[in-house]
Amino acid sequence: MAKIKMAKARPPHEGRRFANSAISIEQALPASRISLRAGSNELAELTKPLGFKLPSKPGTSKTKSGLSALWLGPDEWLLINNDPQAISKLMENLDAVKCSNVDISHRNTAIIISGKAAEDVLNSGCPRDLSLDAFPPGFCSRTLFGKIEIILWRLSENSFHIEVWRSYSEYLWTFLLDASKDAG
Amino acid sequence: MLLIHCPYCEEERPEVEFAGAGEAHIDRPKDMNAMSDAEFEKFFFIRDNPKGVNYERWRHIHGCGRFFNAARDTVSDKFLTTYKSGEKKPEVATQKPVQGAKK
Repeated sequence: MAKIKMAKARPPHEGRRFANSAISIEQALPASRISLRAGSNELAELTKPLGFKLPSKPGTSKTKSGLSALWLGPDEWLLINNDPQAISKLMENLDAVKCSNVDISHRNTAIIISGKAAEDVLNSGCPRDLSLDAFPPGFCSRTLFGKIEIILWRLSENSFHIEVWRSYSEYLWTFLLDASKDAG
Repeated sequence: MLLIHCPYCEEERPEVEFAGAGEAHIDRPKDMNAMSDAEFEKFFFIRDNPKGVNYERWRHIHGCGRFFNAARDTVSDKFLTTYKSGEKKPEVATQKPVQGAKK
């Protein structure tokens, strides 16, 4: 019988890294992701499968034991689980609640940009005010970067997680790299 | 760049995140089959298109994805106010037609 070889799912920028004195760009570690939509009546029920209360204030996020929930809209959240294997259990638990939970792990990927010039490099393509007052650590939002839609999430003062559709990530990577050459 | 206040995100966001979606406060007919062609034309195609304050639907398509309403001056392109879908037309003191605009 012929041996079947399975292709392994790999992040699109595996092994790539850019760094200079002011900026560092790298592929985020593999994670699983869920697009969660739920009405206000279901929010209380979702606390149990998630292990925490979903953030309800615009632009806020919450992380607990490897699972993050990002507020994207009044009834929409992005869940990111650092453990790529943990998703099936979480999906199962969410199935018990009246909500829409769609596995988008293979649609999205993420790029981490950090360093003292991260804000400036991002502003080369993103028109948002990224100052600490307007976009503090933990803040997240869907927005535009050049011609593509991204979800920007500030991890700390000098580091951002950029969530992007996998097929758009090459554009994002090239754009960021180009903008970084002027930084530092 | 023009900044537009999204009533759902509760902050001002760059205009490129938004898409305009035509005149607001147009009631959908309850029974379209019973309408005459003339009535349907009026509902579907005919818009006020005023010079001055216009009430419009906008969508925060590259943000929270929500539709909301806005009062915008079509002469100055200034957004006078934005408010959530389903809320009543706000009567804001500043919403006077600009000078020289015909009613």
